[in-house]
Amino acid sequence: MSDNNIFTDFRVQTLVEEKTINFEKFLSGKNFYLINIWSSWCEPCRDESDKLLELKNDTTIMMIGINYKDKKKNALNFLKLYGNPFEEIFVDKKGTISINFGAYGVPETFLINNDNKVLKKYVGPLNDEDVYEIKKITKN
Amino acid sequence: MMRMFMKLKRLLKIKILIIFILTCLSFNNTAISSSFSEEQTINITKNLRCLICQGQTIHESNSDFAESMKKYIKGELESGKTKDEVFSSLIEKYGQWIVYDPGISRNTLLLWSLPLLLFLIGGVIIAKKIFRKI
Repeated sequence: MSDNNIFTDFRVQTLVEEKTINFEKFLSGKNFYLINIWSSWCEPCRDESDKLLELKNDTTIMMIGINYKDKKKNALNFLKLYGNPFEEIFVDKKGTISINFGAYGVPETFLINNDNKVLKKYVGPLNDEDVYEIKKITKN
Repeated sequence: MMRMFMKLKRLLKIKILIIFILTCLSFNNTAISSSFSEEQTINITKNLRCLICQGQTIHESNSDFAESMKKYIKGELESGKTKDEVFSSLIEKYGQWIVYDPGISRNTLLLWSLPLLLFLIGGVIIAKKIFRKI
């Protein structure tokens, strides 16, 4: 793993189907991947939900959610209430996946390319400027 | 027939005894290795800055991310990584900032050599003053 690359070679469980897969194998077919660490108990995660839904329309990005230390029932209720911007959601029950990514807290978002290189890291909830910046990066 | 039965019974007893000893040994080994990684985790987390509650070490903090960090470190140690490997992987993820005692590297050379430099400069100034008086 180099300075700007994210660690992706680990096994992880999906939230809905509870299937265990290799995270690295999941990252294919898109130019960009937006990894968002979120939780239903996290207030700022509610604030950024509309920003994530806006980014969902960008076809060059695959939206991936990492559900941090949450209860499945609460997480699903959150998605029902605020919308589901993710193509797949993975469970981080112990919080160690987020540490593996080098995250500081919840919410946190990583924009990576298809070489697993971190192009941008957003600590805290996404705002309009961040969305603009992400769209600009993915257009170029 | 009776002798054969007694022999089998004795063999069975020996087998049970061996299984019991092996189980005890393996349980003891697991306990030792678990307490070793626990101790190593504490040593490492005492030298790591808390991600959100700055001013505290990961060891002192009970924040969610500090707890995740403790679990992460314990997992890494149990998977066979050394203390140095764990430190370098965390520095790779979070930068030198995460470590309280950063160690000597290209980035911290000035930080480490500054006290010595100041001491030498001070010594030269004092020596000059003393020799001027003589």
